Amino acid sequence: MNINEPLPQTRALRFSRYAGIYSALWKNSVIREMGFKTNFLLWMVVELLWFSLQLVFVSVIYLHTENIGTWTKWQVVMLMGCSHFIQQVFQGFFFVNCSQLPELVRTGKMDFMLLLPVNTRFVVSLRNVDLGAFFTAGSGLAVMFYAGSRMHLSLEPIVCIGFMILCAASVMIHYSIMFLLASISFWTVRAQGVIFGYYNLFNISRLPDEAFQGGFRRIFSFGLPLLLVVNVPVRFLIHKMENMWGLVLLLAMSLVWLIVSEICWRYSLKHYTSASS
Amino acid sequence: MKKYLHVFTIGLQNTMAYRFNFFTRILFGFIPLMGTIFLWKTIYASKAAGESISGYTLQGMISYYLVITIVDAFTAVSEDDWQIAADIKDGNISQFLLKPLNYLTYRFTLFLSGRAVYTLVALLPVGIFIMCYRHSFYIPVHVSTLGWFMLSICLTGAMQFFLSYTMALLAFWVAEVSTFIFILYAFEYLAGGHVFPLNLLPPAIVQVLDFTPFPYQLFFPVSIYLEQVSGAELARGLVIQSLWVFVLYGLAKWTWSRGIRKYSAVGG
Repeated sequence: MNINEPLPQTRALRFSRYAGIYSALWKNSVIREMGFKTNFLLWMVVELLWFSLQLVFVSVIYLHTENIGTWTKWQVVMLMGCSHFIQQVFQGFFFVNCSQLPELVRTGKMDFMLLLPVNTRFVVSLRNVDLGAFFTAGSGLAVMFYAGSRMHLSLEPIVCIGFMILCAASVMIHYSIMFLLASISFWTVRAQGVIFGYYNLFNISRLPDEAFQGGFRRIFSFGLPLLLVVNVPVRFLIHKMENMWGLVLLLAMSLVWLIVSEICWRYSLKHYTSASS
Repeated sequence: MKKYLHVFTIGLQNTMAYRFNFFTRILFGFIPLMGTIFLWKTIYASKAAGESISGYTLQGMISYYLVITIVDAFTAVSEDDWQIAADIKDGNISQFLLKPLNYLTYRFTLFLSGRAVYTLVALLPVGIFIMCYRHSFYIPVHVSTLGWFMLSICLTGAMQFFLSYTMALLAFWVAEVSTFIFILYAFEYLAGGHVFPLNLLPPAIVQVLDFTPFPYQLFFPVSIYLEQVSGAELARGLVIQSLWVFVLYGLAKWTWSRGIRKYSAVGG
C-alpha cells in the first residue's frame, strides 16, 4: 500500500492528523445522536435495566449463600460494576463499529472505506461513537464506589491509576476479540452472529474466577482471557491479588490478541471481494 | 391451509440456509450455561452434601438450567421480531395487504418452521451436553409429566410469539423498536426464570410475578418437567397459561388493527 502513502510524515504530524480526524468523527456522532434524543435516552434505559438485572442476580444468590469461593457479596458486586464499566467504555468507542463491519462487507460499502486516505482499520473501528455508553459506564463506576464503601476500601492514587491501566488493557481485549469475530464474518455469517458470539463469550467474564476449575479455567485465562478481563482489575483494586502474574498476563494478553486480530484482519482484507455491482 | 404449508416449507428452506449460523449460535450459547453451572457448583461446594437451596439440590439446579435450554430451543423467538419490524419499516407488508394471506398466520408459520429447524439442529449439541451431565439430569418419574410438559411448551411458544409480535408491531408508531424489544427481553429474562429459578426469590415477589405472563413463558413448563407442580396446581397453571395465550393473541390482533390504520407504505 506504499503508493497510497501521501508524503513522508513525522510521527507527531501523523498523530495530530489522526487526532484531528477522530475529533471530527466525534463531532459527527454527537450531532447524529442528538438527532434522535428519545432513542438515545431509551438505549440508556435498556443498558441500565440489564445492568440492574445482573445486580438482582447477585443479590438473589447472596440471599442463599455467604460466599462464592472466597468472594463476598460486595466483592462480587464490585465485579459486576467493573464488568459494566469496561464493557460500556468498549461499547462507547468500538462496539457499533465492529458490529457494522459484516454489514459493510455484505453491502460492498467496504470499498469506500478502503479508498479513504487513512488507515482502514482506524476508520472502520472508530468511525462512530456511542455517546450514551459513556454515561452508563458512569453507572458502573457508581456501583463500584458504593460496593467499595461497603467494604471500607481506601483508594490510593497509585492503585487507581494501575486499575485504569488494567481496564484499558481489558477494553483492548474486548475490542480485539470482537473485531476478530467481525473479521471472520468476511466469509460467513451475518452481523447478529458476531454480536451474539461476543455477548455470550463475555457473559462469563463478570463471574468470580474461582467458580471455574481445571481445563475450563485454563482455556479462559491463557487462551481466550475472558476470566482475566474483569477479575484481574478488581482483584488489583481490592487487594485480592494472589501474586503479580495476573497483571502481567492481562497486559500481555491484550497485546497478543491485538496482534492476532491484526493478522486476521489483514488476511481477511486480502480476500475481500466487493459485493456491489 | 395449503398455502401456509407452502409458507412453512419456504421458511424451512430459508432457515436451513443459515444452519451454520444456528450451529455456532448454539455452541456459543453453551458458554454462559457452563458459567452458570460452574457458579452454582461452587456455591453448593461450600454447603453440606445434599443440602438444598429453596428446594433445589445441586442436581436439581443443574437440571433446571438444562431444561431451560430445551424449552428455549423449542420456543425462543430468534429473529422474527426484528424481521416483522423491518417489514413494517421498509413497507414490505404492503404486499401482504394485497395477497389473500393473513400476516399473523404467515409470521406464525415462519416462526414454527424456524423453531423446527432450530430444534433439529440443536438436538445433537444439546443431547451431547446433557449426556455430559447425565448424572445430574433429572428424569421425570411419571410418563404423563412429559405430555404435560410438551403441552406447556406449545403454549409457551404461542405466548412468546404473540408477545414478540405485538412488540414488533410498535414499528407502526415508532421508528426504532429495538429498545422496546430489549426492555421486554430483560423482563422475560428475569421474571421468566431465565437467570435463576423464581422460587429463589422472596415469596411475596413470586406472588406478584404470578400476575404477569412472564413466569408462564419459561418457569412454569420447567417446573412441570421437574415435577414441582402436580395435580390441581398443574391444572390451574395450564389454564392460566392458556388464558395468557388468548389474551396475548387478542392483544396482537388489536395492535395490528390499530397499527394498520396508521400505516403509510414507505417507498410504496
